[in-house]
Amino acid sequence: MGIQRGHQAHPVEWLAEKGIFLISLTAILMVFLIFAFVTREAVPLLLGQMNSAARQAVIPAADMDKTPPEQLRAYLGLTSDQFAAMDHDTKQLLMEAKVDAGKEASDDKDAAVNTTGWRYLFEPYQWTGYDRPAYIWQPVSTIKKYNLVPLIVGSIKATLVALLFAVPLSLGAAIYVSQLARPRVKEVIKPTIELLSGIPSVVVGFFALIVMATVLQRLLGYESRLNAFVAGIALGFAIIPVVFSIAEDSLTSVPRSYTQAALALGASRWQAAWQVVLPAAIPGVFAAVVLGFGRAMGETMIVLLASGNASILSWNLLDSARTITATIAAEMGEVVEGGAHYRILFLIGAMLFVVTFFSNMLAALVMDRLKKRLEGKT
Amino acid sequence: MPDISLPKIVPTEQKTGEPAGRQPLITVDQLSLYYGASKALKNISLSLGERVVTAFIGPSGCGKSTLLRCLNRMNDLIDNVRIEGAVKIGGHDIYSPEVDVIELRKRVGMVFQKSNPFPKSIFENVAYGLRLHGVKNKSTLETAVEESLRNAALWDEVKDRLHASALGLSGGQQQRLCIARAIAIKPEIILMDEPASALDPIATARVEELILELKKDFTIVIVTHNMQQAARISDYTAFFYIGELVEFDGTTKIFTNPARKQTEDYVTGRFG
Amino acid sequence: MSAPATIDFRSKVFRYGSFFFTGLTGAATYLILAILAVILVNVVLHGWPGLSWRFVSTIPKKDIFDPATTGILPMIVGTSIRVILMTNFVVPVGVITAVYLTEYAPNTSWLTQIIRAAVNNLAGVPSVVFGLFGLGFFINFVGKNLDWVLHNGQKAWGQPSLIWASLTLAVMTLPVVIVATEEALKAVPPGLREASLALGATKLETILKIVLPQALPGILTGGILAVSRAAGEVAPILFTGVAYYMSSLPTHLTDQFMDLGYHVFVLSTQSPNIDRTQPILYATVLVLLILTFALNIVAILIRSNMRRKMRSLH
Repeated sequence: MGIQRGHQAHPVEWLAEKGIFLISLTAILMVFLIFAFVTREAVPLLLGQMNSAARQAVIPAADMDKTPPEQLRAYLGLTSDQFAAMDHDTKQLLMEAKVDAGKEASDDKDAAVNTTGWRYLFEPYQWTGYDRPAYIWQPVSTIKKYNLVPLIVGSIKATLVALLFAVPLSLGAAIYVSQLARPRVKEVIKPTIELLSGIPSVVVGFFALIVMATVLQRLLGYESRLNAFVAGIALGFAIIPVVFSIAEDSLTSVPRSYTQAALALGASRWQAAWQVVLPAAIPGVFAAVVLGFGRAMGETMIVLLASGNASILSWNLLDSARTITATIAAEMGEVVEGGAHYRILFLIGAMLFVVTFFSNMLAALVMDRLKKRLEGKT
Repeated sequence: MPDISLPKIVPTEQKTGEPAGRQPLITVDQLSLYYGASKALKNISLSLGERVVTAFIGPSGCGKSTLLRCLNRMNDLIDNVRIEGAVKIGGHDIYSPEVDVIELRKRVGMVFQKSNPFPKSIFENVAYGLRLHGVKNKSTLETAVEESLRNAALWDEVKDRLHASALGLSGGQQQRLCIARAIAIKPEIILMDEPASALDPIATARVEELILELKKDFTIVIVTHNMQQAARISDYTAFFYIGELVEFDGTTKIFTNPARKQTEDYVTGRFG
Repeated sequence: MSAPATIDFRSKVFRYGSFFFTGLTGAATYLILAILAVILVNVVLHGWPGLSWRFVSTIPKKDIFDPATTGILPMIVGTSIRVILMTNFVVPVGVITAVYLTEYAPNTSWLTQIIRAAVNNLAGVPSVVFGLFGLGFFINFVGKNLDWVLHNGQKAWGQPSLIWASLTLAVMTLPVVIVATEEALKAVPPGLREASLALGATKLETILKIVLPQALPGILTGGILAVSRAAGEVAPILFTGVAYYMSSLPTHLTDQFMDLGYHVFVLSTQSPNIDRTQPILYATVLVLLILTFALNIVAILIRSNMRRKMRSLH
């Protein structure tokens, strides 16, 4: 198929074409690299190679030189730089300290538990000192607890509030701007709403923390000033531009002939919009919501500033909450490289990536089908 | 014979069949073209002579533009196109693998239906092709540009504003600019795809006059849906119908005494 | 002959549905605009008094919370440098990718679909995941290996720094540039490409001499939007290079840097006395907002101007 082109005559051109092609593979490469390298740090955890038990097998100080360096480093809880910088004697001292600590080690029944096991990540467990099984995320403690459920619930709570707040508003505005407003008005309003996306999320979070939290607490009188509700509303601000612009585009790309047919039959503008255009654009609206969901789940600074950051498991929207993203952002600076905590953070990062990846694919698929359907008809 | 009133018939010597004493410049040999599975051109064979104007006429969708675009391989730009047969220009098959299509397009120029001047100055538009082919010297460019604009009958109108934007010209002027741009690189053949169809009658007349002048130096193939235009300016006419060449002959013969009934029906307006 | 029956078109019924529905959706629209206005007005009102030339040109001492001595010069410089560095990476790659997608890629090829899907997906990756990517790939892999090759294991590149933060941001904003450039390329009338090719130009020549120059405003818009987006992002730079405090301005690619957005975060959450800090917090927010907003508005203006010109060309 196709006519053979005389490449021999223009080698530079041919070379440039190949170069252009290779460079455009960057996008694919990047997606792959992101997944690969974020997961890479979580792999030892996934393979069950990490042991975060409080009471670890103690290596006798005399055996220090028999221990492989990497294992020794992990045992002593040092980063590679610290380990490399430390001299033999200091390491020996640390080994002896560990032996002593082992003798005094907690008699806590949970001290021997490897808290990075899947069971502890997702299922409730009755830790010492608690009167019933609970989902606890408490990485900084003698017994390190890494249950992910409070974080997942926190993210979902905030996202839910965001969607409940933003979707009706955005959809309403999209219908108004696309179907009901005069063209001149539309030309001003549309870019202005999209200007909302020009506000950095840290500014929205700041606004929620400093202004909104106080106002909302005074209005509604709940206990925690910073909670999933406040964070959710602020998240809503952030996703309104996304949901609005996709919904509006979908509504506008419904062929005018549908609207005109309805109007010619005596429908009012809103009847035409509600009964004819909106149903036709439903896939686009759906995609907009899905993308809004993905955006809200992935947002970091707003929840970091406004959600209260208490990693308790509660479905009450007015309780302080901790999301997956805020956890990664807040705790990554404190972890030991290569340790269990470090790897868990990468793990939840990878999980987040997978969730948003699939929600993106879903939205893209739906939009694609909508586009094909409309093009087939146009 | 039905009455055919044509405003003006080019008075030339009686031309029938092959051009007497001149070598054919373009030879199309059993050419078929497929868009995917559908056959758009069916076994076309004809020979076009040097420095004459040949017109391709026929109803919409008959393949005349497609055939025109085969002559400078602009159809290469479309996905899914397949060619059988050969097109020979100056004896060389232009679809053979050794042919450098860039070279080909230097020698076979094209003017399009909708004028498409670049959003640059008038001067830069005409100079574009020259610069492409290595002309850098400022005075050479200036001389060449002036010559082309004169030959395109545009010089007097634009000589004072050579560096103004080409988009500021009227539709007819833009089309003549496109012609100037095409002839600046001195191709042997100029292909014109309905060059006047978007122009008003006065601009059309000027373009037609121009073509008659140009044929002294260039071989011209023009696609037109306007039969009277074909009758006015062409020496030879080829009539196409749904991908097939129905009849090819001297213009006068086609319009006064066509050999095929189909041709007669078309030129008398029975269908179209 | 009887008089013709008159048809009365005056509306007899007040269309409640219409009024209600239009009112509701209109209210939604104006509510959104109101939110935007409230945020902006609040920031400007409280931030404006705190702004001063001294404020934006001073490097703060260790106590960044002291309104009397603090300044945000290093943050402005840090934000600007990382964003400029990022542009150098993202614009060429983004434009070339968009050129491939628009001018060369066969539409039916599965590879083309995959590239587009990848661009789409990049756009949806959470910003904190980009931060993890920067840490996991650029710092822990590329940086470490560079150190191994160049410095025999000593740490130079394998730590958070300007270069890695900028590269991470470049990956993050790649879709923005690609989409804007594609839009601009598609707006160039195909007739221009045909004219150029018919004159014997190669495809590359046509792209370089005719298509890209025409598409320049759109490409510019894409770059500006990328810059505006990257300037405001904090999560990707948290682990890849931003510092809580630096006593001097960054000078090397391996330096860490301070940042406006991060500073807002720090002032908001770690100030010992929030009331005392509030004025400088607001002022910092205002500066950040001026930066990102101004860029956004410029991009929008260029784009609408471009669209108006396009309409007259056809």
